[in-house]
Amino acid sequence: MGTAFPISRRDFLSRAGTCTLTGTLASLLAQSSLAAPEVRDASFGPHHIPKARRVIHLCMAGGPSHLETLDYKPELARRHGEPMPESFTKGQQIAQLQGQALKCFGPQHPFARYGESGQSICTLFPKIGAQADKLCIVRSMHTSEINHDPAHTMMNTGSGLSGRPSMGSWSTFELGAKTKDLPGYVVLTSVGKGGQSQPIAARQWSSGFLPGRHQGVHLKSQGEPVHYVSSPDGADLVGQRRLVDAVARLNAAENGRNPDPEIETRLAQYELAYRMQTSVPELVDLSNETEETFELYGTRGADGSYAANCLLARRLAERGVRFIQLYHRGWDHHGGIKRSMEITAKEVDQATGALLEDLDRRGLLEDTIVLWGGEFGRTPMGQGDGRDHHIKGFSVWMAGGGIRGGTSYGATDELGYAASVDPVHVHDLHATMLHLLGLDHKRSTFRFQGRDYRLTDVSGKVIQSWLA
Amino acid sequence: MEPMPTHLRPRGGPIRRGLFPRSILIRIIVGLGSHLPILHPLMLPLLAIPTGDVPVTFDRDVRPILSDNCFECHGPDTNKRKARLRLDREEGLFAVRDGRPVVAPGSSANSELYARITHADPDSRMPPAEFRHSLDEAELETIRIWIDQGAIYEGHWAWNKPVRPAVPAVADGSWVRNPIDAFVLARLDAEGLLPSPTADARTLARRLSVDLTGLPANADQIAAFERGELVEALLASAHYGERMTQHWLDLVRYADTVGYHGDQEWNMWPYRDYVIRAFNENMPFDKFSLEQLGGDLFEEPTMSDKVAAGYNRLNMVTFEGGSQAKEYLLKYAADRVRNFSTVWLGSTVGCAECHDHKFDPYATKDFYRLSAYFADIEEVGVFSGVGAVPPQMSVTSPEEEIELAEFAAAIQSLKIDLERDDPALAQGQASWESKAILEAGDGVRGSAVWLDDAQSNGGTTEGAWSFVGAGDSTPVYSGKHSRKQTGSGIVQHHFHGAEKRAALAEGDLFYTWVHLDPENPPEQLMLQFHVDGTWEHRAVWGADKISFGGVGTDREAHRQLGDLPATGEWVRLEVDPAAVGLGPGRIVDGMAYTQFSGLAHWDEAGVETDTPSLTFATGSGSVYDAVFATAEARTKEQTQLLRTYYRTISPTLNETRAALGEAEAEKDAFQQTLPVMLETVSVEPREVRVLPRGNWMDESGEVVLPGVPAFLPQGGSDKEERADRLDLARWAVSDANPLVARAFVNRVWKLLFGEGLARTPDDLGNQGARPTHPDLLDWLSAEFIESGWDVKHLVRTIVSSGTYRQSSLTRSDLVERDPFNELLARQSRWRHDAEFVRDGALAVSGLLATTVGGPSVKPYQPAGHWRELNFPMRTWKQGEADQLYRRSLYTFWCRTFLHPAMDAFDAPSRESSCAKRNRSNTPQQALVLLNDPGFVEAARALAEAPARLSPKQADGEGVQWIWSRALARKARAEELSVALALLQEERIRFHADPEATQALLAVGRRPVPDDLTDAELAAWTQVSRLVLNLHETVTRN
Repeated sequence: MGTAFPISRRDFLSRAGTCTLTGTLASLLAQSSLAAPEVRDASFGPHHIPKARRVIHLCMAGGPSHLETLDYKPELARRHGEPMPESFTKGQQIAQLQGQALKCFGPQHPFARYGESGQSICTLFPKIGAQADKLCIVRSMHTSEINHDPAHTMMNTGSGLSGRPSMGSWSTFELGAKTKDLPGYVVLTSVGKGGQSQPIAARQWSSGFLPGRHQGVHLKSQGEPVHYVSSPDGADLVGQRRLVDAVARLNAAENGRNPDPEIETRLAQYELAYRMQTSVPELVDLSNETEETFELYGTRGADGSYAANCLLARRLAERGVRFIQLYHRGWDHHGGIKRSMEITAKEVDQATGALLEDLDRRGLLEDTIVLWGGEFGRTPMGQGDGRDHHIKGFSVWMAGGGIRGGTSYGATDELGYAASVDPVHVHDLHATMLHLLGLDHKRSTFRFQGRDYRLTDVSGKVIQSWLA
Repeated sequence: MEPMPTHLRPRGGPIRRGLFPRSILIRIIVGLGSHLPILHPLMLPLLAIPTGDVPVTFDRDVRPILSDNCFECHGPDTNKRKARLRLDREEGLFAVRDGRPVVAPGSSANSELYARITHADPDSRMPPAEFRHSLDEAELETIRIWIDQGAIYEGHWAWNKPVRPAVPAVADGSWVRNPIDAFVLARLDAEGLLPSPTADARTLARRLSVDLTGLPANADQIAAFERGELVEALLASAHYGERMTQHWLDLVRYADTVGYHGDQEWNMWPYRDYVIRAFNENMPFDKFSLEQLGGDLFEEPTMSDKVAAGYNRLNMVTFEGGSQAKEYLLKYAADRVRNFSTVWLGSTVGCAECHDHKFDPYATKDFYRLSAYFADIEEVGVFSGVGAVPPQMSVTSPEEEIELAEFAAAIQSLKIDLERDDPALAQGQASWESKAILEAGDGVRGSAVWLDDAQSNGGTTEGAWSFVGAGDSTPVYSGKHSRKQTGSGIVQHHFHGAEKRAALAEGDLFYTWVHLDPENPPEQLMLQFHVDGTWEHRAVWGADKISFGGVGTDREAHRQLGDLPATGEWVRLEVDPAAVGLGPGRIVDGMAYTQFSGLAHWDEAGVETDTPSLTFATGSGSVYDAVFATAEARTKEQTQLLRTYYRTISPTLNETRAALGEAEAEKDAFQQTLPVMLETVSVEPREVRVLPRGNWMDESGEVVLPGVPAFLPQGGSDKEERADRLDLARWAVSDANPLVARAFVNRVWKLLFGEGLARTPDDLGNQGARPTHPDLLDWLSAEFIESGWDVKHLVRTIVSSGTYRQSSLTRSDLVERDPFNELLARQSRWRHDAEFVRDGALAVSGLLATTVGGPSVKPYQPAGHWRELNFPMRTWKQGEADQLYRRSLYTFWCRTFLHPAMDAFDAPSRESSCAKRNRSNTPQQALVLLNDPGFVEAARALAEAPARLSPKQADGEGVQWIWSRALARKARAEELSVALALLQEERIRFHADPEATQALLAVGRRPVPDDLTDAELAAWTQVSRLVLNLHETVTRN
């Protein structure tokens, strides 16, 4: 007794010859409770040959200041303490600085040039700087959401309105994952010590209206890595295996009597669950890592740190996980930014550089997109001795996965306020990322409430000059 | 080549939307062309491109094509409309333009529309090449046939009032138990299909039990079913209300937290109690609607009405500092429109927030006119502080209301006593006044103490007030107590709205004594003053961490007064009122003592002043001013003010005042025991404008008044004043709203069949699914309305039908013919909702605590799940005793971090309305059923009986006992053998491994009984776990 749809989508499309069904059919199949049994590799697949097979998103949560990371503004330094010209700020959204006098606040740390490409990066990040020739630095990002919660939602889902799938879910929905033992979309979090740790909602890695199996799975580097992955104490894996086998036998018998694709799926999921009971501990068991690796990352792991998460990220990438997100909560520097940046930069610099280095030497970087950045930037105006949230211009960098290294793209104006050269909206970032993964962002749709939704909503363009 | 999977379309067939639209089918066939060698005979009539013989109807076949391909430019969106052509209206379709009809009935050749969609020139062809959709041959044919067959127009199925259609005749009436069956059977007859046989008693009893109460049926209930008594028993059960509430709470997005950012906790559970009660008492749906939308607006709202009206406060709100108040007020308004639209219209009016709806006739103006109904709800855009989400109210039972009334009466009589005229008092007042005047002139400053050993100023007290005594090493500055405050992050205690208020005079200074712990000092201190309903008067010392008033700013709302004072000693903090924007004559009615982390003790606070005896006013004017007003200048108000004030300090009235204080304290203490929930309070409505592109910063749009969507019947109200939420509610359940009954009936159908008759319960518009049985839906809708909106009657009617009672087993003739069961030739199977998965395990194991209603509870949850929350940081404090075993309806609902076991089984976060949950099938679910301590414990409880009886009874009997408890049937031979094998292997393992045994038995709080062999219990627990993990156990069959 097979499924109701014996023809795979790709076969179907090649015969019918139309592409406009893609989203609809995908939606139909996905919604149906009689859809084809779950397999880790989705039967959808890319639209064109991908350059990248996976993404590691290093989310600097809280909004890292572009002015103390990637965007050097000497003019801002010159004007430090002077009133911020109204021509920049008039009519613009503003967060906590509402009603305040706005003054220029110069960069609090120096910049230097790194790598053969001579990329300009703040000296707080020497290890990232050492990887400068791999990086494409984008200085002209902008977004529309000025508070943390909706800004993360925008960065993840392409909309400030909550309820839509995150980019990780879109990726696994379209492409599945190459791992048979682990979830396709994994999330890791860490908390910094250099500022208010803004909360992160589980909604950020939600599958929204996409099928629930594409939800991100939160993996913890301390304690039980995934909820419920450990057998109840006392049922060592032998006992658990027996139990799972017994469940499988009886379910299979049920399926024999009353065939139902849901039972088949459940059988597969129990198998996968059992495999996760070993694969997840195996994933977080670092005993096969070398001393050199621990020194490179600056951690021995299992300590809840960003560095530990970076090491796990590399391991996840090796095991075929499609989308890996790290949230480091610690960049919301409303006050005391000079000192806070020192602390927070130190928390991420070494391990980020290590991750790039490590992926590269294992041959993984060439098909892994690494994205580093936050949900927005910070104001060139001071907030006391800190900076407020800023959306008109901020910076991110990308590496690997078909991205041209040693380059920079776009620029903000002389005060670092607005993206003035080649502005890049979050939708453009998403469109390009999907393109590298082999997907046409306009065709990657899902019908929900009568509308064909996509990650890029109704805009987004692929930025060709980022592509190697 | 394998045969094509097809969905056959009989004559007069249904679904055009839904899962396999006809045009796609035809496209498949056309695309495959000659490649199909083997065909199922029944496919033949449909394989050809439709000819003129096949009837094509507009609403079913043509409108969806136009909606997908044309409406975006030729539809309801005024701004995007091209060529002034509107195809979503009859007038537009049959208009004559430049002498040519758009559609000429009977002649596609003369129809401009047809000409354009078949135009040879790609530049003239519609839709334009760059549009993302295009019409294929099948769709073109459909349109052509429709035109040639006479172009008979039909209104959209959901936008005309439901009229009870005639019950169709059927071939074999013996199967028909009620009219539902006639509609279903007539369809099946037309398809040449037979319905499925009736399911057996056990299946039906279990189906009814989970569908109506969310709980598994036991043997008694199966017997009751066989006697024909089960349906009534289930409808009469309190658990029915719980089950219906679970669904309703999804729709109205009920949760126990605010939703955005810090996702702080709030109390709304009395609303949940209201809903449970409403369903159990079978409250008619119209009454239910009025009470929730506008219960607070009734002439004399009861407590229940006010609780019901809490519906209006269920939307997410934010405490995130730096948020724009106006932006969030708009978000709240928009969410209310979306919610009303989903619940009472089953529609997507929310799509019209920024532009006219692209497919349905909802204009942006309609969106904002709907939002205007809710503009009278008292709220702010951005809440602040830690805790309350005002306005809030205490919820009282009738007995409690009587008690409160008694308190009020006692207090009132004491107050009258205080006010009485008395010449001795008058004399005392005169001498006090002269003394005060002398005091002012003597140049000596004193302290008007506002707070020392008790908060006796009245008003609202918030935060933790921990009075600690002197002795050991607790620092105390004055009197017997200081107040200890410690925490991580922002922590504070405060009072406001005090009866005893401070009226400021020239030269006054606020002061408070504070002691910072030298080992663990706070990083920042903040004093806040409450004046005229706001806290925007703050002074800070130390590191700038507390965000109130804005970190980094230096202004009245956040005045930097310097570094932290010295630690380890009592320090007097002083604040000049001018520094925080206050001056003489201002009346301060509250003070907040706030710190960032650390440990501090707070003590005496007050006002340093020249005239301490005049500082505290109980009225609204300044006592100081009144005393110093000369006899001629003194106003009547001032005279009264002084009279009242003197009675608060006169020694003769000490006893009366003490009695009054006690009475008020008793009342307050009693009030504290009452639950509190958010309240819907109607105030002067905010101005509502249409927002171009939904941009909250754009004020150029027109101001609108409350109104319902213009294209629907308006309902004709003669009311002259501005329409309010009650008007909206009345309209919503009136004849004027064609959608409401269909939307409700459709959802109830979904609860009982797995899918609604229209498969998109939240979109009954042009892009949504058309109902599979539109006549049946209309019949049921009319029945629902005419029964007086009787919900139990609706449920009873459906579950009594033959259609409902069919077997849900797969049928080979249906797999290819009707894979999604749209024809209802059988019932459906699906995995239980998240709540019922857990409830089922608790029920069969005997652990379920069946108490109905009450506050939310916290059963087991993995440690650290709330680690990413902040403001405040918090952990899940697991409940005690019964709280661990209540129905999952009551599990604390945290929107941003939903309980992971619930989440694994597709419970929605309730961040927004959910009319249709996902039904996923994931490894996380397997992990929950295998490893969640709640399930392991339930298995252990279930295993106690067989473990107790073995080895006295045969193992087989123990297995049968478990099967009968969990599945209400005997285990089959194979099941028996698998279970016994597992039991035996695990017995050996546990007998050899006492540690493993103890570890398993330690899972869950339930104590292990003494009269069992532990290893036996552990082994039997594995057998119970086996049963709790079976597909059958978690499936509604």
